[in-house]
Amino acid sequence: MKARVFVTLKSGVLDPQGQAVQKTLGRLGFAEVQDVRIGKYVVIELDESDPARARERVNQMCERLIANTVIEDYHVEEVSPS
Amino acid sequence: MKFGVIRFPGSNCDDDALYVVDKALAPEGASGRIIWHKDTDLGAVDAVIVPGGFSYGDYLRAGAMAAHSPIMAAVKRFAEAGGPVLGICNGFQILCESGLLEGALARNESLQFICADVWCVVEGRRTPFTHAIPAGRHIRMSIAHAEGRYTHPEIDRLEREGQVVFRYCTADGEVSPEANPNGSMDNIAGVCNAAGNVVGLMPHPERAVEELLGHGGEDGRSLFLSALAWERGTPARVGGGAL
Repeated sequence: MKARVFVTLKSGVLDPQGQAVQKTLGRLGFAEVQDVRIGKYVVIELDESDPARARERVNQMCERLIANTVIEDYHVEEVSPS
Repeated sequence: MKFGVIRFPGSNCDDDALYVVDKALAPEGASGRIIWHKDTDLGAVDAVIVPGGFSYGDYLRAGAMAAHSPIMAAVKRFAEAGGPVLGICNGFQILCESGLLEGALARNESLQFICADVWCVVEGRRTPFTHAIPAGRHIRMSIAHAEGRYTHPEIDRLEREGQVVFRYCTADGEVSPEANPNGSMDNIAGVCNAAGNVVGLMPHPERAVEELLGHGGEDGRSLFLSALAWERGTPARVGGGAL
């Protein structure tokens, strides 16, 4: 199975990287940009054939290591056969 | 007093910390040794220092991998039994990632790696590393980090519980937004756990123990002298910058 994990700073936590990118996009003429948040994208391949079980394990991985849930949210987007 | 200094792959302030406790403060009764991260036992130590550096190359997040090193289980047991633990810079990040301290260190507001001398007010909380420093005194140390913006989801509770130990201030001791180098909440430079025996801070006291080396003169010495006085169980007042 293959899982895709997105990790982003929680909405209340200042994201200076996102702000810098937003400012630069504005300078490039993308005046419609209202907010940019930068995160991480993690692809995890598992030796596990049951999607529900794979998702449960990936959630555990996120809680214990992949995300720091004090300041970050994570989202497991897809658990699909690799 | 025997200090154990944890060494992770990528630690780079471990020898500096060891030098302080094993050489500079040897005349005061301190000694120290390095403890490898793969060890599972601290051995006979009276205090633990988790030093600065870039453990595991700061992969994923600063301190994230080191927090799960084999030795950290022993550090947790030591801390839970009331043993004094000091985390400096990356060590502070590691203690937060391991859950021994609350909050997290996020990317500096400026996005820059900041290497500078700073002043910090020492709050009144009684900890092994600050009890001998008069409350309200401000001391000079250096910082060198890219992820030092202290963030806590319940900052009011942390303040109410008196777990803030150090705050960035001006050379005059004023805690102001201008004195905040990295965007930390409430100018926080260091905190302790609820019990007070685990302390973490971004500034480097181990780089400020000898006038010759600059970086704040000898103000950093006061943290280690506090620990020595704590171990002896004698009331003490130690130096620091001008009030």
